Amino acid sequence: MALLDVRDLTKIYRQRRGLFGKATETRAVDRVSFSIEQGETFGLVGESGCGKTTTGRCILRLIEPSSGQVAFKGQDVLALDRRALRESRRHMQMVFQDPYSSLNPRMRVETIVEEPLVIHGIGTRTERAARVAELLGHVGLDPELRRRYPHEFSGGQRQRIGLARALALNPSLIIADEPVSALDVSIQAQVINLLVDLQARFALTYLLIAHDLRLVRHVCTRVAVMYGGRIVEMGTTEAVFERAEHAYTRALLSAVPRPDPDAPTVRLKLDRDAIRPGADLREIGPGHWAAV
Amino acid sequence: MPPMALLDVDRLTTAFPIEGLVVPAVSGVSFTLNAGETLALVGESGCGKSLTALSILRLVDPPGRIVSGAVRLDGRDLLTLEEREMRAIRGRQIGLVLQEPMTALNPVYTVGSQIAEALEVHGLARGKAARARAIELLEAVRVPEPQRRVDEYPHQLSGGLRQRALIAAALACQPKLLIADEPTTALDVTIQGQILDLLRDLKARFGLALLLITHDLGVVAQTADRVAVMYAGRIVEEAPVRTLFRDPKHPYTRGLLASLPGQHGTRLRAIEGTVPRLGHIPAGCAFAPRCPSRFEPCGDLPALVPGTEGGQPVRCFLHHRVRETAATTVAIAG
Repeated sequence: MALLDVRDLTKIYRQRRGLFGKATETRAVDRVSFSIEQGETFGLVGESGCGKTTTGRCILRLIEPSSGQVAFKGQDVLALDRRALRESRRHMQMVFQDPYSSLNPRMRVETIVEEPLVIHGIGTRTERAARVAELLGHVGLDPELRRRYPHEFSGGQRQRIGLARALALNPSLIIADEPVSALDVSIQAQVINLLVDLQARFALTYLLIAHDLRLVRHVCTRVAVMYGGRIVEMGTTEAVFERAEHAYTRALLSAVPRPDPDAPTVRLKLDRDAIRPGADLREIGPGHWAAV
Repeated sequence: MPPMALLDVDRLTTAFPIEGLVVPAVSGVSFTLNAGETLALVGESGCGKSLTALSILRLVDPPGRIVSGAVRLDGRDLLTLEEREMRAIRGRQIGLVLQEPMTALNPVYTVGSQIAEALEVHGLARGKAARARAIELLEAVRVPEPQRRVDEYPHQLSGGLRQRALIAAALACQPKLLIADEPTTALDVTIQGQILDLLRDLKARFGLALLLITHDLGVVAQTADRVAVMYAGRIVEEAPVRTLFRDPKHPYTRGLLASLPGQHGTRLRAIEGTVPRLGHIPAGCAFAPRCPSRFEPCGDLPALVPGTEGGQPVRCFLHHRVRETAATTVAIAG
C-alpha cells in the first residue's frame, strides 16, 4: 500500500466578475492523481500558478479540496472530522518556503519547536525540553541557542528551525514547499544535504514542491510535472528528464539555463497546439506517464 | 594605450555607519565594461553586488554613502557631478532594470505613459511622438499587440510582460549602458529564457553594454562575456565566462560551482558556514573562516592579482607567487 494516495484531487475557485457579472470557475487543481511509496522523494514541479502549492495544501487540508480522495496510510483524510484530522497531521508535516515569515518572531526557538508537542499533549515540561534540545541537534543547530528569537538566525538556520519543528512529532511524510528557494546557493546545498540525511535517519517520505528543476533532478526519485492545474507528465526522475514526452515538459526542461557556457541553448517554444487540454495520463513507458 | 572603456569603476568604496564605525559594504571594487559587452557581477545576498550598481547610479540611500573611488562613464567621473547633472545621466545614459516588475512600475499610470515619461523628462519627445515611440519600444522588446498594451496598467500585464515593459522604459532614451539587477529572478523559468534572449538580442542590435547582477550561475553561463565574483564587499575573482566555469581559481568560486545540484543521488558539496554579516566581516581574507584550503597567510588581505600560472585576477594567496597583500598593491598604485 502506498503511503499517500491522491485520486482525482480537484480544487475549484468560483469568482464573480462585478456585482451582477457571471460567476467564473478556475480549476486550480484539476483531477490530480498520484501515489507516493514509503521512503520516496516525490517531486511536484511546475511554474507559478500551475497548482502545485494548492495540491500540497489540499493534501493536508490547509485548503479544503472541492472533490477527490486523499488516502494517507490507507485512511481517507478528506472524511476525517477536526479531531481525527489533527491526529493525522501528527504524521504529515509541512515545511514552508519563506523562513522569514513562517516562524513567529515573538517566540523563542525552543517555544517554536516545542509547540507541536504542547498542542498534542506530549510529555512533561522536562521531557519536552530534552526533546527540543535533541531536535535542534538533529538539524545541526547548537541547543545552546534555543532561547534566542528567529531574527537572530540566518535564513538557512531558520529553515533548520522549521525542520526541527516539523520533525517534533516523528512524522512519516513531510510536504516541503520550495524549502530552499529563498536561500543563497551555498546555503541551499547545506539544507538539501540535511534533508537527505534526515530522510535516511528517520525513514521519512518527502513530497517536494519546487520550481527548481536542477534541484528536483538531484534529489527526487519520481517527478510529476503540473501545468494548468493538471499533471501532464509523471515518472521516474530519469524517464521524465531524459525522455520527456509532453510538449510542456520539453519546453520547461529546455528553458533551464545550464551552468555551462558551452551548453547549447536551444530553448523550445511551447507548442500549444501539441497540448491536448483535458487529456488523461497514459503509460508511455515503464512507470512513465504523459497526457499525450 | 588601450581604448577607453565605456564604464570604468575604480576602487569604489561604499559604506554604512554601524555602531559609530564606517563599515564598507562595497570595498575597493574595480572593473571596466566596454560597449557591446556583458559583465556579470555574481555573489550571494549581502555581497555588495546590488549596492555596487546603486553606487554607479548614485542612488545609495543614506545613511549609506560612497566614501571613495571613481565611476567613469566615457572618461567622466560621475561621482564629481552635481545632482542636476547626474539626473541627466540616469535613464539617458544608464538604464536600470530591477528584479520586481510589479513594484518598479507605478500602478496608477499606464505602461505607455511610464515609458513616455522617460522621453519627456530628458526632452527627447513629448505628446503623440512620445506615445508613438513607446509603442515602438514595446514592439522592440516583443510585447505582443503593442498598440493595445501601451494603454494598459501594470496589473493587466503578466510578470514577463511587465519585465519587458520595464526593459522598454529603461531603453527609451537609448542608453549606452543597461544595469539589470536580478532581471529574471522573479520570473518563471520559461519566461526567464525569453527575457535573457531579449537582452542578448538588444545588446547585439544597439551595441548596449550590460552590467548583469545575479546570483544564478546558469543565467551567468548563458548570458555573460566576463564575470566578477563578489564576496563580502570585494571582488575575489574576475575572468572571461569560459575560464571562470572551466578553471575557477578562488576557493569561493569553486565552492559555488560545486554546490550546484547536478548528478542525481550524489551528495552536494556545500560550503560550510554562512555569509558574514556587515559589521562582522573577518579581517584578512573574508572567506578564510569557510575556506577548506585556508592556511597561515590568510589573516592578511590578499590582492586581486593574476595567479602564478598567469590567468585571471584572483584574490587568494594559494595562487600568488609571493604574498601580494592588498595593502602592498595600494602602496604601489599610490
